[in-house]
Parts: sequence; C-alpha cells; structure tokens
Amino acid sequence: MNFETIIGLEVHVELKTDSKIFSPSFNHFGATPNENVNPIDLGYPGVLPVLNEEAVNFAMKAAMALNCDIATHTKFDRKNYFYPDNPKAYQISQFDQPIGENGWIEIEVEGKTKRIGITRLHMEEDAGKLTHNDDGYSLVDYNRQGTPLVEIVSEPDLRSPAEAYAYLEKLKNIIQYTGVSDCKMEEGSLRCDANISIRPIGQEEFGVKTELKNLNSFSFVQKGLEFEEKRQQKELLVGGEILQETRRYDEQTKETILMRIKEGSDDYRYFPEPDLVPLYIDDAWKERIRAEIPELPDARKARYIETLELPAYDAMVLTNTKEMADFFEETIAAGAEVKQASNWLMGEVSAYMNKNQKELHDLALTPASLAKMIQLIENGTISSKIAKKVFAELVEKGGDPEQIVKDKGLVQISDESQLTEIISGILDKNEQSIIDYKNGKDKALGFLVGQVMKETKGQANPPMVNKIILAEIEKR
Amino acid sequence: MSDISKEQVKHVAHLARLAITDEEVEKMTKQLGDIINYAELLNELDTDNVEPTTHVLDLKNVMRKDEPKKWIEKEDALKNAPDQQDGQFRVPSILE
Repeated sequence: MNFETIIGLEVHVELKTDSKIFSPSFNHFGATPNENVNPIDLGYPGVLPVLNEEAVNFAMKAAMALNCDIATHTKFDRKNYFYPDNPKAYQISQFDQPIGENGWIEIEVEGKTKRIGITRLHMEEDAGKLTHNDDGYSLVDYNRQGTPLVEIVSEPDLRSPAEAYAYLEKLKNIIQYTGVSDCKMEEGSLRCDANISIRPIGQEEFGVKTELKNLNSFSFVQKGLEFEEKRQQKELLVGGEILQETRRYDEQTKETILMRIKEGSDDYRYFPEPDLVPLYIDDAWKERIRAEIPELPDARKARYIETLELPAYDAMVLTNTKEMADFFEETIAAGAEVKQASNWLMGEVSAYMNKNQKELHDLALTPASLAKMIQLIENGTISSKIAKKVFAELVEKGGDPEQIVKDKGLVQISDESQLTEIISGILDKNEQSIIDYKNGKDKALGFLVGQVMKETKGQANPPMVNKIILAEIEKR
Repeated sequence: MSDISKEQVKHVAHLARLAITDEEVEKMTKQLGDIINYAELLNELDTDNVEPTTHVLDLKNVMRKDEPKKWIEKEDALKNAPDQQDGQFRVPSILE
C-alpha cells in the first residue's frame, strides 16, 4: 500500500514592536529575566489591557504580504487555561474573527511551483518563558508575556516534509521583507508546530493526525516530519492505529517521542474579551498599510532576472534576505557593475559571513565601499587578486578602498617598462622554463607568471604579464 | 428548561482548578442549573432586529501609541511571587 502525506503547519511569529501588545512594557529580546514586566503583564487585579496600534499595523502588514483578506470587523477573545507561563490564566487571542483569512504563498520544490493556502492569521499575546529545574520546580521569566504574536495556520496543502521546509523558508522570507519580525528561530521569534497524517493514495478522508512540537529549526521540522511519516506508515502497514497525540522531536535520537495523547478537543472556553473593545479596520487604514509593504522577494527576484539580466541562481541567492537584496541594490546604485556586485556578495561576502557567523549589518563593509572597490578592479587600478586583500581590510575595518590601496601600496603595476624590467630579470633566472615552454610545455608559462606575481607581491597586471612574457620569450 | 449534569459541574470545577466535595457537586448542580435557567429568561426577548454585539459599550478602536515605558522595577514585580530564585518566579513544575 502506498500512502499520501498531509501536513499543515502552525507558525507563531513575534512582532518587533517597541512595546508589548496590551501593555507599555518594553518588548526586547535578551533583557535580564523579569526586567520588562508591569502589572498588566503580571495580571494584577483591576488592570486593563490597551491595544498597541502598531501591533495591529504589523499583523495587518504580515497578513497582506501573505495574500490574506483583511477583516473589517474584528475583535479579541479570551482563551482560558491554567499554566504558570501566563499569570492571568487566560491568553488574549482571536477566535472567530482573525485579522487575516484565506491567504496563500507560492513555494518551489524540485523545480515545480505550488500554491499553499493560509487558512488564517490571527493576533495574540505571547506567554512567559519557563525553565524547568530538576528539583520539581520551574523558574518563570515574564519578559515575553504580552509580546505581540501572529499565529499563521496553513491549509493541509503540504504533501511532503520537503514542501513543509520550503513553506517555512518562504514564509520567513516574506515576513522578514515586511520588517515586522526578525523571524529568528534561535531566539524564538519564529516557532513552528506541525500536524501530519497519512492516508492510502486514493482515499479522500484524512487520516488521524499527530502534532509535532519542539521543532527548533527548519531542518528539525523536516527531519521530525520525515520520521513521523515513516512511523505512521509502518504502524498502518502492520495493521496498527494512529492515535491523535502530541509528540516531541528529539534532536539527539532524531525520533519523535510521545508527549501526550489528546482526549477530546481542548476546552479553552473562548469568549469575547470584555476588557477590549471591537476593532474596526476601514479601507483607508488598510490602504495606508498596503502602501507600506515593500517589493516582496518573488517580485524582486523576477526583476533581477528580467531587468538586471542576472542568472536565476544569483537572483534567488540575493533576494534570500531583504538585507542582502537591499545591500546589493545600494551597491549597484553606488556605481558597481551588476554581475560583479552579485559575484562579490554571493562569493567573498557570504563566505566571510558564514565563516564568522555574522550578518551584513555586522560588517564594516558598506555598499559604497564595495562599489568603489569593484570600480577599482574595473578600471585596472587593482587586480581581482589584490582586491581580496582590500576586501579583507574593508570587511573588518571599513574605510575608503582607494585610500587602502594607496596606504598599503597595492596599486596594480600596469607600467609596461617597469613590468618588462621585472620580467627580464625573472627570465634570466629561469632559462630552463623558457626551453620547456618552447618545447611545448604550457605549464612553464604558468610558472613564469607565478614568479612575476611573487616578485611583485601579486600586484602585476596579469594580462599584461602574460603578454610581455610571451613577447620577451619570442625575443630570446 | 436547561439542566446541567453533575459531570458538567465536575468538569467545570476541574477546568477552574477547584476541588469540590460530592456534597458540593450536588449543591452546585442545583445552583448552576437555577442560574442558567434564570439567564434563559432573556430568550423571551425578541432580538430579531438587534445587531449582535460582543461588547456592551458603544466604542471601537481604543488603542495606544507604540511607546514603551518603565512602570515597576523588577524587585517590585517579584514581591508578589510565591517564591523566587535568581530574579525569576519559582513555581512547582507542571510538565505537559
């Protein structure tokens, strides 16, 4: 029997407003525990939440970027539950009137484009963070309590763990572009739970689904789903039964482990939040937010291919983050040749960032300095090889490429008589290589060029060196 | 006439984390049933031409600007903690 896999994802994204969604506490990641809390966050009696307008703007922006319809009449609801991560014993969320519905994004897997539906996007508050001690107690940090969140629920349109991975990448990409969240899984500003079921191919009704938690990276989402897909298949093939349960992914064993079996649906007793009045979003407000949405990755990628005539691969890599795409565009606006700018960003710059675990904004390199360095290569002042030395300086310390070239004496030697003199000296010392070359050993030429480069510390103009060596050999 | 069962009362008590005795279950079943029946008097009203609402006040879009401010110090926040450790609230572990 062959099976079809059905996956739906629930993604929580923290919005990077300055203050929390219902209280004026600072909304910063990384503060010392319980630094950013106030009586509203702590659920003191008599306090009233007041909605942060910017949180609505951000949620709307994310929903629009994901092609959702935006609600005109919306509201907040109470979701009741007891757990120490939330001192109020309820979470303010949205139940039946989410701010966004019926969205979609397009993913590309194995060269095929597929549209994945987004059921809804709703606003809610995040809860505090628990650290479980092994003495039977837990420590609670309420800094995160009240951080604005959007929960994005996909349709069960994903058919493989690879599609789930592509969906997450795309979702993150789009939301980062809107600027409403950093979407950093390692800091918890993007979190994902996955629902997965399988059914025999041809069967219409869905199988029983399991929910996966503790998925701390996109690749763990994929690996967890891959494990779960196989587990369910094996279970059904031996005549077993899939139970509706929550399982956690164990990064060490690469397995999913049963957390709890769900009995009936959770009884959250949602009701309209009495402390908050309804939210009415008119067309003018919607249009104001729509106008703030920047060009999104797919549109940008298409423009790079069509207008800038970049290869599809370059366009994909450069638009992978908004920061990279912006840096690239500023570099060409500062006068760098398009393909050169792309090559440097995809090559040296990315390699440096990966090696040092840094992001573009951590570098001393600026679009203007990169552009100037590329111009120095183009006009022959420095060779590409020397440029790497200039780059090393620029990326660490910054500065003016022209000045660096001058200060370090890196100007390319393009003076014909100077090069001829150096080359004559090299040829005098390497007569065997001349003979070898004349006997058809092309390698000997490479050796001679290398000697010249060594002598000039890499500063000789390579095409000229080639030309002069050949001319000088002819004369001998 | 809408009756509430003992099982429902026990369930609601559990959701509210209330420990109630069998005697109290009996009592509450009657009392909650009476309350619900009383509230059901409202069903006699003709609301055909009344817009449904989720809020009694005629207000909408009450919002504040995204301006953070410090309100209480961490030390004060922790004063109401049942127990504390390392600047955090210390509570019995509830593992899911």
